Amino acid sequence: MLARRIIPCLDCDLGVPQGRVVKGIEFKQIRYAGIPWELAARYYEQGADEIVFLDITASHERRTTMTDVIRKTSEEVFVPLTVGGGISSLDAARTAFNAGADKITLNTAALLRPELISEISQAYGNQAVVVAIDAKRRCGHEEGKTVIQLLEGECWFECSIYGGRKFTGIDALAWARRAEELGAGEILLTSMDRDGTYDGFDIPLTDAVSRSLQIPVIASGGCAHPDHMYQVFRHTGASAALAASIFHFNEWTVEGCKSYLAERNIAVRI
Amino acid sequence: MIAIVDYGMGNLFSIYNALVRVSGEPMIVTEPDFSEADGIVVPGVGSFGRCMEQLARFGEALRQELDEGKPVLGICIGMQVLFDESAESPGAQGLGWMPGKVVRLPSGMMVPQMGWNDLRITREIPLLDGISSGDRFYFVHSYHCRPDDRSVLAATVEYGTEVVAVVENDNLAATQFHPEKSGPRGLRILENFVRCVRC
Repeated sequence: MLARRIIPCLDCDLGVPQGRVVKGIEFKQIRYAGIPWELAARYYEQGADEIVFLDITASHERRTTMTDVIRKTSEEVFVPLTVGGGISSLDAARTAFNAGADKITLNTAALLRPELISEISQAYGNQAVVVAIDAKRRCGHEEGKTVIQLLEGECWFECSIYGGRKFTGIDALAWARRAEELGAGEILLTSMDRDGTYDGFDIPLTDAVSRSLQIPVIASGGCAHPDHMYQVFRHTGASAALAASIFHFNEWTVEGCKSYLAERNIAVRI
Repeated sequence: MIAIVDYGMGNLFSIYNALVRVSGEPMIVTEPDFSEADGIVVPGVGSFGRCMEQLARFGEALRQELDEGKPVLGICIGMQVLFDESAESPGAQGLGWMPGKVVRLPSGMMVPQMGWNDLRITREIPLLDGISSGDRFYFVHSYHCRPDDRSVLAATVEYGTEVVAVVENDNLAATQFHPEKSGPRGLRILENFVRCVRC
């Protein structure tokens, strides 16, 4: 049986030499948590099943390229590497793969031009294409949308793009199914309602998406305690849990999270 | 020195770096000349058919080295091409060094199988020294091998059916999973291979 995966996510600012992993503190301030490949190596040593790098460089100038980050990381880290943030063409994907990435994530670019999913999956296989969906809860019943019944009433989920700055009106569940048809190998599903709250994953959202797809779903947004991982694995079909701050703040190691899960009979790689 | 066969199907950093890590002295080989190598790794990327198209020109040289006793390790598609044929690419002929065929993973399972599955060791071999049943390795594949001769089996995993994970026959061995992406235990397997090469 496959183990549920624990994936540390490193948000990278490449506007400084060597790049820096960025962590948010109380939603606003941004602090540097370390050099990307050093942090990746630390999480690898702790037992991370995979590493995700997301390029969130705000400045125009990238002093370090993602290629350097991937190259350096693959000298020390022997688990799959996923790279995303701003990949908007087959060429950009090729650059990431040639540097040593095993998978790339597509977000805005795929929503704007869905065929990009097919182009990359045909060239590199669908296991190499992760479609990232940033989903926002919308209360109430809306015609043509996949409506979910919650304790507090009905809702649907809307896709956002440009890092949550713009909403599309697109139904996240329908988009996830379409992405699968187009050749996505995995869905990285982030709840915008939970991201940064430390309240745990959005269980109904993750459950609904994982039940309607054949491909693996990576739950993301809101994880601050291994119990949040336990809840998402216990109550949804998520194949993996992605988290950032829980590890950056040194409150929990990957190893610590996995022991917590193993004690509660969740299959993990120890 | 361990030769990594580069048949132009993608980046070989992972396997190269992993072999460096276990002091395997890797070299990337782009022409069918293995005279400087003590062992050979056949990595696998892409589909069975495309892989065989690119690998065909290495076939004869590889066979010769194998017959002379050099250890050869196939990885993922590099394992599948050791067999006769694959449902992935009907009509394409494999190397045929292990009798059998490659079939699609069972329907009803997520395909590709992608993730860490737990090994069941069926036969103790030097390549699996220090590895125990239950240890997990990283798999990414949609097809799996069905050897005619089950005596080549060394380890399997369960994925809707029995999936062959490791085969071995004298100096020819192969893994369906990616040891170079399987953390410390994957490195242990590569280290074992390097040790086989040197003994």
